Amino acid sequence: MSAAVSLRGISKLFDDVTAVDNVDLDIADGEFFALLGPSGCGKTTTLRMIAGLELPSAGSLQIFGEEVGSLPPNKRPVNTVFQNYALFPHMSVADNVAFGLRMRKVPKSEISTRVQEAISLVRMTGMEGRRPNQLSGGQQQRVALARALVNRPKVLLLDEPLAALDLKLRQEMQFELKQLQREVGITFVFVTHDQEEALALSDRIGVMNDGRLLQVGTPEEMYDAPVDRFVADFIGRSNFLKGVLESSDVVCLSNGQRINVPVVETVAVGDDVQVSLRPERVMICQLDAAPSGVTKLSGVVDTETFLGNSVVYRVALDWMTIEVETDHRPDVARHAVGEQVDVWWRDDAVAVVKP
Amino acid sequence: MSVGIAEAKRERSERRRGFLLALPSFAYMVLFFAVPLVIVLVYSFATRTSTGSTALSDWNLDAYRKLGEPIVRNVVVRSVILALVTTVICLVVAYPFAWFCAHQRPTIRNLLLIAVMIPFWTNFLVRNYAWRILLSNGGPISSFTEAIGLGETNILFTKTAVVIGLVYAYLPFMILPLYASIDRLDRRLIEAGRDLYGSGSQTFRRIVLPLTMPGVIAGSILVFVPSMGAYVTPELLGGGKETLLGSYIVTQFLTARNWPVGASLSFVLMAVMLVSTIVYFRSGGKNL
Repeated sequence: MSAAVSLRGISKLFDDVTAVDNVDLDIADGEFFALLGPSGCGKTTTLRMIAGLELPSAGSLQIFGEEVGSLPPNKRPVNTVFQNYALFPHMSVADNVAFGLRMRKVPKSEISTRVQEAISLVRMTGMEGRRPNQLSGGQQQRVALARALVNRPKVLLLDEPLAALDLKLRQEMQFELKQLQREVGITFVFVTHDQEEALALSDRIGVMNDGRLLQVGTPEEMYDAPVDRFVADFIGRSNFLKGVLESSDVVCLSNGQRINVPVVETVAVGDDVQVSLRPERVMICQLDAAPSGVTKLSGVVDTETFLGNSVVYRVALDWMTIEVETDHRPDVARHAVGEQVDVWWRDDAVAVVKP
Repeated sequence: MSVGIAEAKRERSERRRGFLLALPSFAYMVLFFAVPLVIVLVYSFATRTSTGSTALSDWNLDAYRKLGEPIVRNVVVRSVILALVTTVICLVVAYPFAWFCAHQRPTIRNLLLIAVMIPFWTNFLVRNYAWRILLSNGGPISSFTEAIGLGETNILFTKTAVVIGLVYAYLPFMILPLYASIDRLDRRLIEAGRDLYGSGSQTFRRIVLPLTMPGVIAGSILVFVPSMGAYVTPELLGGGKETLLGSYIVTQFLTARNWPVGASLSFVLMAVMLVSTIVYFRSGGKNL
C-alpha cells in the first residue's frame, strides 16, 4: 500500500536561501505525524508544500500515490488548520465550516447535515451563528478543525495548531486533538516547535533543523536512541561526552576511558562521536559504591538543585561536568556540594550520536 | 476618597486640554464651512426679483420646485451617469494597482504611492490644460493613433475627454483607500480560501472582495462626490457642450442671476452626498 504522503528529494529555495534541503519522508495512512524543530528549520515550509501553498523547487511529492507537486491547493485532497486559524472574519461559524463544501458544489441538503456533524464533532453546537471575533481562542481552534475536517480530507495538515493557546487550554486541546484523530481516522501531519507536544501526541516524529530532516521515529526511539546530537538535545535534556568510535560498540572518551555502547550503525568506526547520556539515566553514589560491570566516572558535586520531584546534581569531573537527575525521596540521603562521588550507568543507557 | 477627587480633577483638565487643541480647526470649520452653508441655505429660500437681484424677503420654496423641472432633471441624470462611469473606471483601474502596491517590498511600495500623489503637486488647472494639449486634434495622442494607422482621434470636447480628465484627477482618491484595506487583508485568509477548494476567482469573490469592501466604498464615495459637482474639467475638456451640475450651478449664479435656484441645487447636492456618506459610515465602514 502506498503511503499517505510521500516526499522524495524535496527541496525549497527562497531566492538563494535553502529552506528545505532534500527531504525524503513517508507518512503512513492513519498516522499522527509530527514535524518538530526550532523556528526557521523548514518544518512549516514542508507542510505548506504538502498543502500546495508553496511549490517545491525540486523533488517529488505524492499523496496516496498521486503526484501533486505542482497542483494548486484547491486541487489537493488535503486541508489545513492554519496557525492563528485564519477563520473568515466576515462569516459565521456555520458559513466558515461550510465554505469548502460550497466551493466543491456539494448539494445544499448534504452541506447542512455535514456542517452540523462537523460542528458537533468539535463540540461547538449552538455557536453556529457566532462570528469568529466572538469566540475564544480555544473555540476558534475548534472551528478551524471543523472547517478542515468537514471536507473529509485524506490528510489533515496542522500548522502549530496549539501555539496560540495558553498552557492549560493547550494541554486540554492536545488531549482532544488526539481523541479526534482516533475518531476520524484521518492522517494528521502537524508542525510544532514544542517537543513535549510532539512526544505526547504523535505516533511518529520527524526532527528538522536547517532545512534537513535529521531523524524519523517513534517518540520512544527519538528519546532513547537519537542518532544526531541536535535531536538528542532538542528532545529532552542530555549530557554529551566527546569521543571516538573505536569499534561498533566501543567508544574511547576524550579522557582516554573506553566505554561499551549499544551497537552503532549510523556512524563509521574511527569517526568522532558524542555519547548522549540522559540526566535521569545516570546514577550517583558515594565514592567506590557503584555496582560492578557498569561504566563509572568519579567526580565532585559542584551544585545541587532541588526541583520538588527530583534533585539535580552537577558533578564536576576533571574533563567535563555531568548533570545527574535523581528522584527525590525523603528517606534517601542527598549528596552535599564538595562531596566525592561516583556517577555510573548501564551500557544501554547511552546513545551514540553524530556530533 | 481624595484619590478619587484628584482623578476627577485630572480627567476634567485633560478634557479641557483636548477642547483647546481642537479649537483652531473647530473655529475654522465653523467660519468657512458651516456659516457659508447656512448662507447658501438662507439664499435658497429667497426671492429672485425681476431685475435679477436677490431679495432676502418673501421666503418661499420656488427654487426647490424648479429642481423638479425636466431641464434640471436632465442635468442631474447626465451628471450622475458621468460620475458613475468615472467611479467604475477608477475602481477597475485602481484595484489591481492597489493590489500590486500592497504586495511589494516597503521601498517599492512607498515609491509607487508617492508616484500616485505626485500629480497633486501640480496646479489642477495646469493639469487640465495639459490634457487639452494631449487630446487636441493634431495633438500627441491624435498623431500617435494616426501614425499607427488608426486615423486621427478627435476626443477633445467629448464626453470621453471629460471622463478621461475626471478619472485622471480622482484616481488617487480611489487608490489610497483601496490600498489601505488590501494592505490590512490577512493573506492567510486567501490561502485558507484556496486550501478549502476555492479557485482564484472564487476566493476573490467570496473572501477578498467582501473584506476589502470598506476600501471600495470609501474610494467610490471619494471619486463619485467630486465627479458629480465637477466644473473645471467638463468646461475645459468637454468644452461646456453638455451642461453638467457644476456648470449649471455656476450659470445660475453668474449668468442667469438666479441665486435661489443655484443655492437650492447646491444645497440638495450637498445634502444627498452628506447623507449617503453618513449612511456608509454608520453601516460600519471604517476606512478613512
